[in-house]
Amino acid sequence: MALNIWRFASPQVIYPIAGRMIPGFMLAAAVLALAGLYIGFFVAPTDFQQGESYRIIFIHVPAAWMSMLIYVVMAFWCAIGMIMRTRLSFMMALALAPTGALMTFIALWTGALWGKPAWGTWWVWDARLTSELILLFLYIGFLSLHAAIDDVRRADRAAGLLALVGVINVPIIYFSVQWWNTLHQGASVSLTRAPSMASTMLAGMLIMVLSAWMYSIAASLMRLRIIILEREADADWVQEQIVPIAQGAKP
Amino acid sequence: MKPRHKRLALIVAGLAALGGAAAFVLNAFQSNLVFFYSPSQVVAHEAPQGKPFRIGGLVQAGSLQRESDGVTIRFAVTDTASTIPVAYTGILPDLFKEGKGVVAQGHLDADGVFRAKEVLAKHDENYMPPEAAEAVERAHKAMQESQKTLLETDTGTGG
Repeated sequence: MALNIWRFASPQVIYPIAGRMIPGFMLAAAVLALAGLYIGFFVAPTDFQQGESYRIIFIHVPAAWMSMLIYVVMAFWCAIGMIMRTRLSFMMALALAPTGALMTFIALWTGALWGKPAWGTWWVWDARLTSELILLFLYIGFLSLHAAIDDVRRADRAAGLLALVGVINVPIIYFSVQWWNTLHQGASVSLTRAPSMASTMLAGMLIMVLSAWMYSIAASLMRLRIIILEREADADWVQEQIVPIAQGAKP
Repeated sequence: MKPRHKRLALIVAGLAALGGAAAFVLNAFQSNLVFFYSPSQVVAHEAPQGKPFRIGGLVQAGSLQRESDGVTIRFAVTDTASTIPVAYTGILPDLFKEGKGVVAQGHLDADGVFRAKEVLAKHDENYMPPEAAEAVERAHKAMQESQKTLLETDTGTGG
């Protein structure tokens, strides 16, 4: 029997599934964050040139990677929503945006905190930093545009178009350090060559990356459930199954 | 063609057109997107003339000098092909070191000295404990030594 994946395009089906998945992802995020931070702060060695200040990498890099990945996933869901006319896809995109904006903000903020001791400045207008700042504006623009249009379907399509246009920025962020002279250093970890980091440092960073994944999934699913309830408030299944629970009845 | 396929084709075509446009725009702004110029570019007069710009490269080993006033320093920025002397008055970032990356903002004087207003350290993407860095350094030196002796024996047999 083939699994009917279209079943999962229904908000009614996803709502309880997401609810059951959230605690697991949250727990995984917490455990991985504790492990990653422990390795990052107590096990990983001091860096030969930057001393202890490099340790912000355990927050900075996971947040920066996540900020780009979430944008691509968000744009993907917007494209699916436009092509398939599935309501849930746009809800997923909208649920991802605040987490993406948060990750972008953390990446920029920790980058500034790192830049001051390492480079001697909080901020420079080089290609990497500027394109990451544009990413933050794209997230904020997506959310603002969506909030500015009352008709949800029109809001979905307008914001979705913005998300798709903005996806061009992601490869620009990623390759900016290769294409142009930047103050920001090149990538330490890439798919094409061996990482230029000591192995315990790398392990701590990758565990933190996994933790950021788990947190982002959990936070987005929580937001997705709220968006589903907002948009489906008049649907029978919400009125029959959710409203009584909210009013105090035992499920 | 189903409407669904039509919309997919539209989005793919739109993104492709957008990507192409972005590539042209970035290509056109290539020189404006460069954060700093290398000493070779400065020597070749590719850097902006008569206005401030940034120069980037490695601080040449052994070039760092402190003037008697204690706050003015002189060093040379090199990309191994060309070298530009730099003068700077102010506080240096902690990671500023001979043989390491540097980006300085300022202007080129008529005497060929780059007068920097701001000096930033540019570190590389390598992270390792000091012991590992020492081991790498030792291996590097040993390799250079062996190359030198090889060269010497070569010339020895040749002469």
